[in-house]
Amino acid sequence: MTHMTKAILLIAALAMSACTNADRFGDGAGAGGDAGAAVGTGIIPGSANDPTSPAYFSQTVGDRIFFAVDQSTLSPEARLTLDAQAQWLLTNSDFLAVIEGHADEQGTREYNIALGARRANAVMEYLTSRGVPASRLKFISYGKERPVEICSVESCYAKNRRSVTVISMGSGV
Amino acid sequence: MMRRLASLLIAVLALIGGLAPLAVMAQEPLRIEITEGVVEPMPYAIPAFVAETPDAGQLAAELSRVVAEDLTGTGLFREIPRDAHISTIASFGAPVPFADWKAINAQALITGAVSLDGAGRVVVKFRLWDVFAGVELGDGMQFTATQDGWRRLAHKVADQVYARLTGESPYFDSRVVFVSETGPKNARAKRLAIMDYDGANVQYLTGSDAIVLAPRFSPNGERVLYTSYATGTPRVHVLNVGDVQSRVFQADQGVMSFAPRFSPDGRTVIYSLTNGSNTDIWAMDIASGAVRQLTFGPSIETAPSYSPDGRQIVFESDRSGTQQLYIMPAQGGEATRISFGDGRYGTPVWSPRGDQVAFTKQNAGRFHIGVMRTDGSEERLLTASFLDESPTWAPNGRVIMFSRETQGAQGASALYSVDISGRNLKRVRTPAGGSDPSWGPLQ
Repeated sequence: MTHMTKAILLIAALAMSACTNADRFGDGAGAGGDAGAAVGTGIIPGSANDPTSPAYFSQTVGDRIFFAVDQSTLSPEARLTLDAQAQWLLTNSDFLAVIEGHADEQGTREYNIALGARRANAVMEYLTSRGVPASRLKFISYGKERPVEICSVESCYAKNRRSVTVISMGSGV
Repeated sequence: MMRRLASLLIAVLALIGGLAPLAVMAQEPLRIEITEGVVEPMPYAIPAFVAETPDAGQLAAELSRVVAEDLTGTGLFREIPRDAHISTIASFGAPVPFADWKAINAQALITGAVSLDGAGRVVVKFRLWDVFAGVELGDGMQFTATQDGWRRLAHKVADQVYARLTGESPYFDSRVVFVSETGPKNARAKRLAIMDYDGANVQYLTGSDAIVLAPRFSPNGERVLYTSYATGTPRVHVLNVGDVQSRVFQADQGVMSFAPRFSPDGRTVIYSLTNGSNTDIWAMDIASGAVRQLTFGPSIETAPSYSPDGRQIVFESDRSGTQQLYIMPAQGGEATRISFGDGRYGTPVWSPRGDQVAFTKQNAGRFHIGVMRTDGSEERLLTASFLDESPTWAPNGRVIMFSRETQGAQGASALYSVDISGRNLKRVRTPAGGSDPSWGPLQ
């Protein structure tokens, strides 16, 4: 349910972001000393509050999805996250994305690189099927080289079997 | 950084004149047969080598120590400690009092002498004796090297002794390229490194700014193929050991390449290439740059390894649904599955003798290093742990080195070796953690 709730919230947020930019932090938000256009909206450009920022993408849209053992198929929850990622990428068309594929440590090194590539590619194909131009997407596999969790039980493995969509500023694509 | 290697000269002068006695007795030579059944190591003695010049004392002591470590480290020989010796060897040329060595049950005796020559080079000579027959085994030999190459002299002596006592080709004077690892699992730094087979003389070949994986020696040990993330994506690189210069092996961008290995003649490189979700095996002719795709289809094909005659390739594929081992002709074509036991099989490596394949097996939550014949029969598992992988063969095919990662948040990777009999499992002493070893040729 948490995924569903999150997805609904972020869809709502995306729908509102273009027109409202609600001053969620009241009077205090602009007091940080940030000059420029953002003053008055209460949103610090580039911060996680800025819906056009990579930080917002990773924290609010959700930059990662998870896979079952030795699988690269996308779960319904993963598809919801990727729908939101695609929406964000379409809205913020100046950004590029690198999709990282990862595996847990239960596997040989070379196979896990190939498995990570399968996962990243599944994400890339899904995003392009949702209209994101392939020219804005690249993928890379880290195999089991970059775990985020370091314990050797399933709760950690589950978080390591992932793909992460990393946003970077494009060069006028 | 690598000057030691470039400047190292070893002259085998062989046959010390006037010292070679005749072994004409009609008797079986002293010999330890390496079989599944050998469990009782052969007892031997190696008194400190004689220093023949005043400045050679330290080297003589250290050199004979390393010879002993090599021999005892095989598990095939047991050194009789020096405090049990009845007599000492004061002069290399003096007659050997065999009764004194028989009395402590030394079957083999190694005597040696070390000197520094006029150019400051180390000269070692040695003789091997069959104590109970009272004869010399083979000829005395002499080796010379620059001082920083003294450990190689010890390995040369030990190689001679090993070869004479086992009838097998040796492996001590060889090097291993591997990935040196430091730091926790979620921030691990990896560097390519090279070392003597016993973990001594570690030298680093790359920095730790990019992930590096799975180095593989060329057949002559002069080049190393490896996978690096230096360009942002995993790509096969090639490095010259002599000058430590490296370059991207294949210039194609936008796809990943990894799991490289040389052909036995050093002219071709096989590797995996990922396009989209699919990983296949390719071959590249080094001279012309011409590439050839060897496997087709949507499954993962990786970890290729040539047979020693260069005519076949063993590799892993999940075309059946799980990782299994297959053999195909070197030019590609129909592949035959050879692994049929429980679990998954990966990282196959063809043995130097051509008759076996070493592999990593994953079954019921455990990892094993194992060997099987090339038709898949006679599978034997040599190890079991939370995570063993990446086997590599000693040049004589008697020992396998591999990496073992321990479990949990503090997990770390280290190099181990094990006899293909399954005995003599031991950790290779490296200054930091290690993984992905590749054992080079006998030098």
